[in-house]
Amino acid sequence: MSTTIEDTEPEALDKVIIRFAGDSGDGMQLAGNRFTDASAAFGNDLATFPSFPAEIRAPAGTLPGVSSFQVQIADFDILTAGDEPDVLVAMNPAALKSNLADLRPMGTIVINTEAFEERNLAKAGYTENPLTDGSLNAYKVIEVPMESLTKEAVKDTGVSGRDVLRSKNMFALGLMAWLYSRPLEPTIDWINAKFGKKPEVAEANIATLKAGYNFGFTTEATKNSAVTVKPADFPPGEYTTISGNLSLAWGLIAGAKAAGLPLFYGSYPITPASDILHELSRHKNFGVRTFQAEDEIAAISASVGAAFGGHLAVTGTSGPGLALKSEALSLAMMIELPLIVINVQRGGPSTGLPTKPEQSDLLFAMYGRHGESPLPIVAASSPSDAYEASVEAVRIALKYMTPVILLSDNSVATGSEPWRLPERDSLPDFKVTFATKPNSPDGEFMPYVRDPLTFARQWAVPGTPGLEHRIGGLEKEEVSGNVSYNPANHQLMTDTRAWKVANIANDIPPVAVDDPDGASTLVIGWGSTLPVIKAAVRRVRNSGKPIAHAHLRHLNPFPANLGEVLRSYDKVLIPELNSGQLVRLIRAEYLVDAVGLNKVSALPFKVTEIETKLLEMI
Amino acid sequence: MTTIEYTRGDFQSDQEVRWCPGCGDYTILASVQKFMAASGIRRENAVFISGIGCAARFPYYMSTYGMHSIHGRAPAVATGLATARPDLSVWVVGGDGDMMSIGGNHLIHALRRNVNLKILMFNNQIYGLTKGQYSPTSEVGKTTKSSPMGSIDYPFNPMSLALGAEATFVARTLDMDPKHTGEMLEAAYAHKGSAFIEIYQNCNVFNDKAFIALTGKEDRDSNRIYLEHGKPIRFGQDMEKAVVMHNGEATIVDAAAVDETAILIHDQTNMTMAFALSRLSHSPTGPTPLGILRSVEERGTYDDGVNAQLAEAKSKKGEGNIDDLIRSLGTWTVG
Ligand SMILES: Cc1ncc(C[n+]2csc(CCOP(=O)(O)OP(=O)(O)O)c2C)c(N)n1
Ligand code: SF4
Ligand SMILES: [Mg+2]
Repeated sequence: MSTTIEDTEPEALDKVIIRFAGDSGDGMQLAGNRFTDASAAFGNDLATFPSFPAEIRAPAGTLPGVSSFQVQIADFDILTAGDEPDVLVAMNPAALKSNLADLRPMGTIVINTEAFEERNLAKAGYTENPLTDGSLNAYKVIEVPMESLTKEAVKDTGVSGRDVLRSKNMFALGLMAWLYSRPLEPTIDWINAKFGKKPEVAEANIATLKAGYNFGFTTEATKNSAVTVKPADFPPGEYTTISGNLSLAWGLIAGAKAAGLPLFYGSYPITPASDILHELSRHKNFGVRTFQAEDEIAAISASVGAAFGGHLAVTGTSGPGLALKSEALSLAMMIELPLIVINVQRGGPSTGLPTKPEQSDLLFAMYGRHGESPLPIVAASSPSDAYEASVEAVRIALKYMTPVILLSDNSVATGSEPWRLPERDSLPDFKVTFATKPNSPDGEFMPYVRDPLTFARQWAVPGTPGLEHRIGGLEKEEVSGNVSYNPANHQLMTDTRAWKVANIANDIPPVAVDDPDGASTLVIGWGSTLPVIKAAVRRVRNSGKPIAHAHLRHLNPFPANLGEVLRSYDKVLIPELNSGQLVRLIRAEYLVDAVGLNKVSALPFKVTEIETKLLEMI
Repeated sequence: MTTIEYTRGDFQSDQEVRWCPGCGDYTILASVQKFMAASGIRRENAVFISGIGCAARFPYYMSTYGMHSIHGRAPAVATGLATARPDLSVWVVGGDGDMMSIGGNHLIHALRRNVNLKILMFNNQIYGLTKGQYSPTSEVGKTTKSSPMGSIDYPFNPMSLALGAEATFVARTLDMDPKHTGEMLEAAYAHKGSAFIEIYQNCNVFNDKAFIALTGKEDRDSNRIYLEHGKPIRFGQDMEKAVVMHNGEATIVDAAAVDETAILIHDQTNMTMAFALSRLSHSPTGPTPLGILRSVEERGTYDDGVNAQLAEAKSKKGEGNIDDLIRSLGTWTVG
């Protein structure tokens, strides 16, 4: 097929934000992902924000059944999936209704007109048809009879029945590909690979994709409106497009490799963490054992057992599951075994908003255990960063013989972005050595003899002759590890456990501050807000105002220089997707008058929200 | 591998045993230590995992590897250990509360998965450590600190529960019969898969004489029904009683009153028979079956299954390479 546009060269934009929205059965996630991959292959920078209904089978055509996928593509390093879409693809009335408010003024709407009939309009709560009542006058509307065009496109391919309309998402994708000058080849290759075993389905999808593309450049409404977004200026390197759950899972595999240990992952399915279990269970040839437990308590308990046996043990969940793991996590802390506990945060409390982003478990990670039980906390700040965050959590757990909580959230887990891959053979080396010899003068093995620098105890695994020992949840006598009810010993051991964790501050990088202009206001964040804070900082600086920015990977202990950094600014803003958790920790720890910018409305921050607040403060 | 000659003392730790004087746990500890010394298991390869309770103090008194974990979770901890390390001999010890109340879920799932664990449940039909509340195996009407008017809870039948959970090895023994306890331990150890042994254990402080019908000089011989694979089920002081199937249920009759051929021949591979036998007694106040109710090895163990998949994946795909993995979704190069 010809990809030349006859009339004009497409106009070049620096960025565009597209949102595909439809019923959950309409294949919008797939269309969005394919558009993303085609753009990545084209060399754009990009960021995505998928949004799914919480119910797998919400009634078709209704507002709760709407599924959407937003992607921003740009010719520069963008950081977020964008605030307001430039284009909305609405496959049915419910999709239009629930997404229209986000569209920028004068934005474009691509509408699947045949879905706008009485029943669907009623299901979405429309009393008038928005296509005819003038309510869309402020937008550019492209009306497409997508269903009949799809039927027409596939009529010679041999698909029949329900399979016919299945490929209408490809029509939408083809039309978008034309409007934004995306190559079709990556999508065609993908379709062939995916439906290799069903050639008629592959053919139908390709035919519909091309039909959508051709519709774009033959139809009056769209004829001269093709635009393009030129490739971005990336630093040299090899790139892939990655989502956070995958990169986090890969980071665990990499960490296990760096440690020279087999990986054990105990988990119970829960959104949005399940994909980590799915991904790890595919990689048994890396020596990865996955255990789908009967509940989260069993998942962490089994992981504690595997850690006792000398494996790199990891257990992953979301907020409700972390609550169930709390007791066993204190056990792991008491017996000082390495363990990674992943919490992919979602909207809470209780079942809350299981498919929406929130950072509301920070204080739970910090304090959600009985007794005095501080633990290191590491947070991933973007989909690609989850890899590094995983490796760091593994390093700390093994070096200090301690459980580590690794925080991710729904944005990190399900969003995707280009990732500049680490070079081949660049894996760090933190090989673990198990104890092999008795460590006391009388030839016994004493499980609570500590390393003088890290205060870590030795890891002696079953099967090692002469080192037989017992550990457990009762308070341990220092050195011998025997059960001890001695009051002074309990004080000593409590202090030692706390000190061991606090001391990690000396083994993590100092917090880096990005402050080119000598600002007096600092914005500091953690986790998935990194891209949006960065974007806001850039806008503030573009408007000529100085602003300093820092982001925390380590939330417990904080980097050693954090107090000094905070005190060197007049004002400190902490944006978080919760009601003010990091800000509380920082105020308590450093007695600085930091202020929070908080939001728990099922959505990430908009760049403008942070920008406005910063401009107000400066 | 060289074999080591062990004595019982080689399995005793240096910790002072702290159960109440006269507690049935002492006898069981001695039986297990004796069995271990004779079993040929190397001390460094044995691991005892327990939950919380009087019974769960057990690992501290063994000179093997051990973990005193948290209440109810020992079967899950042990599942992780056995899956990670199939080379070890992993034993789980806990009380009736630990295993059937707070940990009931983990117990049934460990049994259905057939993880290679040897699970010893010390059933004293009471919460010992918390000083005497009724447990999920206490009889209806039991007066305790938390049930001053008698408990209303209907108890589990531990044998039926284990069988219903698809356990491949189910046996019962009692603290006061160390010889029989030793035989059950040996059979459980020889079994490939999860083995569940209920051990009746006297708590002389909070539930004394709960098993008197089975341990008292007067009644014990008329109440202990020792099951032996392939043998007719007869019991009593003079073997005057027998078990027959009647209307689909195991029933006790006078041996003299039935034809010799009607007497049930114990078949530990027959699930229906095992279940019927488990229903012979609901609490140990009368004739009670002891011995192996079920032992089958037709199902592979969970840990073997996990490790076989790892081996298969490696042989098909080769040892994983992380540099290739992170490039597996396709890459592009800039500059
Ligand atoms: C989470 C939790 N809940 C409650 C307890 C208190 N507790 C300790 S042991 C026990 C019951 C023990 O009974 P059983 O398992 O039968 O053991 P026994 O002491 O009789 O040997 C209870 C309720 C605890 N340790 N942990
Ligand atoms: S309370 Fe009962 S079970 Fe516990 S140690 Fe004492 S006698 Fe034994
Ligand atoms: Mg008990």
